[in-house]
Amino acid sequence: MIIARILGTVVSTQKDERLTGKKLLIVRPINVDGSDTTGYVVAVDTVGAGFHERVLVVAGSSARLAQGMKDVPVDAAIVGVIDRVDVEQ
Amino acid sequence: MQLARIIGTVVSTVKNESLQGRTLLVVQTVDRNLESIGKPMVAIDSVGAGVGELVFWCRGKEASFPFKREDTPTDCTIVGIVDSEEHVRRG
Repeated sequence: MIIARILGTVVSTQKDERLTGKKLLIVRPINVDGSDTTGYVVAVDTVGAGFHERVLVVAGSSARLAQGMKDVPVDAAIVGVIDRVDVEQ
Repeated sequence: MQLARIIGTVVSTVKNESLQGRTLLVVQTVDRNLESIGKPMVAIDSVGAGVGELVFWCRGKEASFPFKREDTPTDCTIVGIVDSEEHVRRG
Protein backbone atom coordinates (compact mmCIF):
# COMPACT_ATOMS: atom_id res chain seq x y z
CA MET A 1 0.00 0.00 0.00
CA ILE A 2 1.11 3.53 -0.55
CA ILE A 3 0.41 6.74 1.31
CA ALA A 4 -1.25 9.41 -0.79
CA ARG A 5 -2.88 12.80 -0.46
CA ILE A 6 -6.21 13.61 -2.00
CA LEU A 7 -5.88 16.41 -4.53
CA GLY A 8 -9.20 16.47 -6.32
CA THR A 9 -12.26 14.75 -7.62
CA VAL A 10 -13.24 13.20 -10.93
CA VAL A 11 -16.76 13.43 -12.32
CA SER A 12 -17.72 10.81 -14.88
CA THR A 13 -21.23 10.18 -16.15
CA GLN A 14 -20.56 7.65 -18.89
CA LYS A 15 -18.82 4.78 -17.15
CA ASP A 16 -18.95 1.06 -16.50
CA GLU A 17 -22.22 0.43 -14.70
CA ARG A 18 -20.43 -1.29 -11.84
CA LEU A 19 -18.76 2.03 -11.10
CA THR A 20 -22.08 3.79 -10.62
CA GLY A 21 -22.25 5.44 -7.22
CA LYS A 22 -18.54 5.07 -6.57
CA LYS A 23 -16.60 8.22 -5.68
CA LEU A 24 -13.51 8.81 -7.81
CA LEU A 25 -10.70 10.88 -6.37
CA ILE A 26 -7.37 12.10 -7.69
CA VAL A 27 -4.56 11.22 -5.29
CA ARG A 28 -0.84 11.94 -5.34
CA PRO A 29 1.55 9.46 -3.72
CA ILE A 30 3.54 11.08 -0.90
CA ASN A 31 6.59 10.10 1.14
CA VAL A 32 6.32 8.93 4.75
CA ASP A 33 7.49 12.37 5.91
CA GLY A 34 4.52 13.95 4.14
CA SER A 35 6.43 15.48 1.24
CA ASP A 36 4.94 15.20 -2.23
CA THR A 37 6.18 12.93 -4.99
CA THR A 38 5.17 13.30 -8.59
CA GLY A 39 2.31 11.84 -10.56
CA TYR A 40 -1.35 11.14 -9.97
CA VAL A 41 -3.60 8.14 -9.54
CA VAL A 42 -7.38 8.03 -9.87
CA ALA A 43 -8.67 5.88 -7.02
CA VAL A 44 -12.09 4.75 -5.87
CA ASP A 45 -12.96 5.87 -2.36
CA THR A 46 -14.30 3.17 -0.01
CA VAL A 47 -14.08 5.05 3.28
CA GLY A 48 -15.47 8.56 2.75
CA ALA A 49 -12.15 10.40 2.63
CA GLY A 50 -12.03 14.16 2.14
CA PHE A 51 -9.99 16.75 0.30
CA HIS A 52 -6.31 16.95 1.28
CA GLU A 53 -6.47 14.04 3.73
CA ARG A 54 -3.68 11.47 3.86
CA VAL A 55 -4.98 8.08 2.84
CA LEU A 56 -3.90 4.50 2.24
CA VAL A 57 -4.19 3.37 -1.37
CA VAL A 58 -4.19 -0.26 -2.45
CA ALA A 59 -3.18 -0.86 -6.06
CA GLY A 60 -3.57 -3.73 -8.48
CA SER A 61 -6.07 -6.56 -8.30
CA SER A 62 -6.11 -6.31 -4.49
CA ALA A 63 -8.15 -3.12 -4.87
CA ARG A 64 -11.12 -5.28 -5.83
CA LEU A 65 -10.95 -7.10 -2.51
CA ALA A 66 -12.07 -4.07 -0.53
CA GLN A 67 -15.57 -4.30 0.80
CA GLY A 68 -18.06 -3.12 -1.82
CA MET A 69 -15.55 -3.48 -4.67
CA LYS A 70 -16.25 -7.08 -5.68
CA ASP A 71 -16.11 -7.43 -9.48
CA VAL A 72 -15.75 -3.67 -9.89
CA PRO A 73 -13.22 -2.73 -12.59
CA VAL A 74 -10.74 -0.78 -10.45
CA ASP A 75 -7.01 -1.05 -9.84
CA ALA A 76 -6.65 1.56 -7.10
CA ALA A 77 -8.81 1.92 -4.01
CA ILE A 78 -8.64 4.17 -0.97
CA VAL A 79 -9.00 1.82 2.00
CA GLY A 80 -8.09 3.99 4.99
CA VAL A 81 -7.73 7.54 6.27
CA ILE A 82 -4.39 8.02 8.02
CA ASP A 83 -4.34 9.57 11.48
CA ARG A 84 -0.65 9.33 12.14
CA VAL A 85 2.57 7.95 10.67
CA ASP A 86 5.47 7.29 13.06
CA VAL A 87 8.80 6.53 11.44
CA GLU A 88 12.11 5.84 13.19
CA GLN A 89 14.85 7.97 11.71
CA MET B 1 9.07 -11.71 -1.79
CA GLN B 2 11.57 -9.15 -0.64
CA LEU B 3 13.54 -8.35 2.48
CA ALA B 4 12.62 -5.22 4.37
CA ARG B 5 13.24 -3.42 7.61
CA ILE B 6 10.26 -2.23 9.62
CA ILE B 7 10.81 1.46 10.20
CA GLY B 8 7.50 2.69 11.56
CA THR B 9 3.81 2.38 12.18
CA VAL B 10 0.68 3.83 10.64
CA VAL B 11 -2.46 4.65 12.61
CA SER B 12 -5.76 4.71 10.75
CA THR B 13 -9.11 4.85 12.50
CA VAL B 14 -11.41 5.29 9.53
CA LYS B 15 -10.70 2.39 7.21
CA ASN B 16 -12.36 -0.19 5.06
CA GLU B 17 -14.24 -2.64 7.26
CA SER B 18 -12.20 -5.52 5.93
CA LEU B 19 -9.05 -3.98 7.43
CA GLN B 20 -10.40 -3.64 10.97
CA GLY B 21 -7.98 -4.99 13.56
CA ARG B 22 -5.01 -5.24 11.18
CA THR B 23 -1.63 -3.78 12.07
CA LEU B 24 -0.19 -1.35 9.53
CA LEU B 25 3.60 -0.99 9.43
CA VAL B 26 5.99 1.07 7.33
CA VAL B 27 8.56 -1.15 5.63
CA GLN B 28 11.76 -0.12 3.88
CA THR B 29 12.95 -2.67 1.34
CA VAL B 30 16.61 -3.64 1.67
CA ASP B 31 19.07 -5.50 -0.56
CA ARG B 32 21.24 -8.49 0.44
CA ASN B 33 23.68 -6.15 2.17
CA LEU B 34 20.76 -4.76 4.15
CA GLU B 35 21.09 -1.37 2.45
CA SER B 36 17.87 0.51 1.78
CA ILE B 37 16.53 0.40 -1.76
CA GLY B 38 13.48 2.18 -3.11
CA LYS B 39 10.81 3.99 -1.18
CA PRO B 40 9.11 2.84 2.01
CA MET B 41 5.71 1.14 1.69
CA VAL B 42 2.85 0.49 4.07
CA ALA B 43 2.31 -3.20 4.76
CA ILE B 44 -0.15 -5.26 6.77
CA ASP B 45 1.39 -7.51 9.36
CA SER B 46 0.43 -11.20 9.44
CA VAL B 47 3.15 -12.53 11.75
CA GLY B 48 3.38 -10.16 14.73
CA ALA B 49 6.47 -8.25 13.62
CA GLY B 50 7.68 -5.08 15.31
CA VAL B 51 9.57 -1.89 14.53
CA GLY B 52 13.28 -2.49 13.83
CA GLU B 53 12.90 -6.13 12.79
CA LEU B 54 14.07 -7.59 9.50
CA VAL B 55 11.18 -9.25 7.68
CA PHE B 56 10.16 -10.44 4.28
CA TRP B 57 7.02 -9.33 2.56
CA CYS B 58 5.09 -10.22 -0.55
CA ARG B 59 3.26 -7.95 -2.92
CA GLY B 60 0.36 -8.25 -5.32
CA LYS B 61 -2.83 -10.19 -4.86
CA GLU B 62 -0.91 -12.92 -3.06
CA ALA B 63 -0.50 -10.47 -0.19
CA SER B 64 -4.09 -11.15 0.81
CA PHE B 65 -3.57 -14.93 1.07
CA PRO B 66 -2.50 -14.97 4.76
CA PHE B 67 -5.88 -13.50 5.65
CA LYS B 68 -9.42 -14.19 4.61
CA ARG B 69 -8.40 -14.19 1.03
CA GLU B 70 -11.36 -12.76 -0.83
CA ASP B 71 -11.90 -10.16 1.81
CA THR B 72 -8.70 -8.35 2.66
CA PRO B 73 -7.61 -5.51 0.38
CA THR B 74 -3.83 -5.48 0.65
CA ASP B 75 -1.07 -5.47 -1.94
CA CYS B 76 1.77 -5.62 0.58
CA THR B 77 1.90 -8.03 3.53
CA ILE B 78 4.64 -9.04 5.95
CA VAL B 79 4.75 -12.84 5.83
CA GLY B 80 7.86 -13.72 7.83
CA ILE B 81 10.40 -12.49 10.37
CA VAL B 82 14.10 -13.13 9.65
CA ASP B 83 15.68 -14.93 12.63
CA SER B 84 19.24 -13.77 12.18
CA GLU B 85 20.65 -10.94 10.13
CA GLU B 86 24.00 -12.71 10.03
CA HIS B 87 22.56 -15.39 7.76
CA VAL B 88 21.53 -12.72 5.29
CA ARG B 89 24.90 -10.98 5.32
CA ARG B 90 26.87 -14.18 4.81
CA GLY B 91 24.71 -15.16 1.85
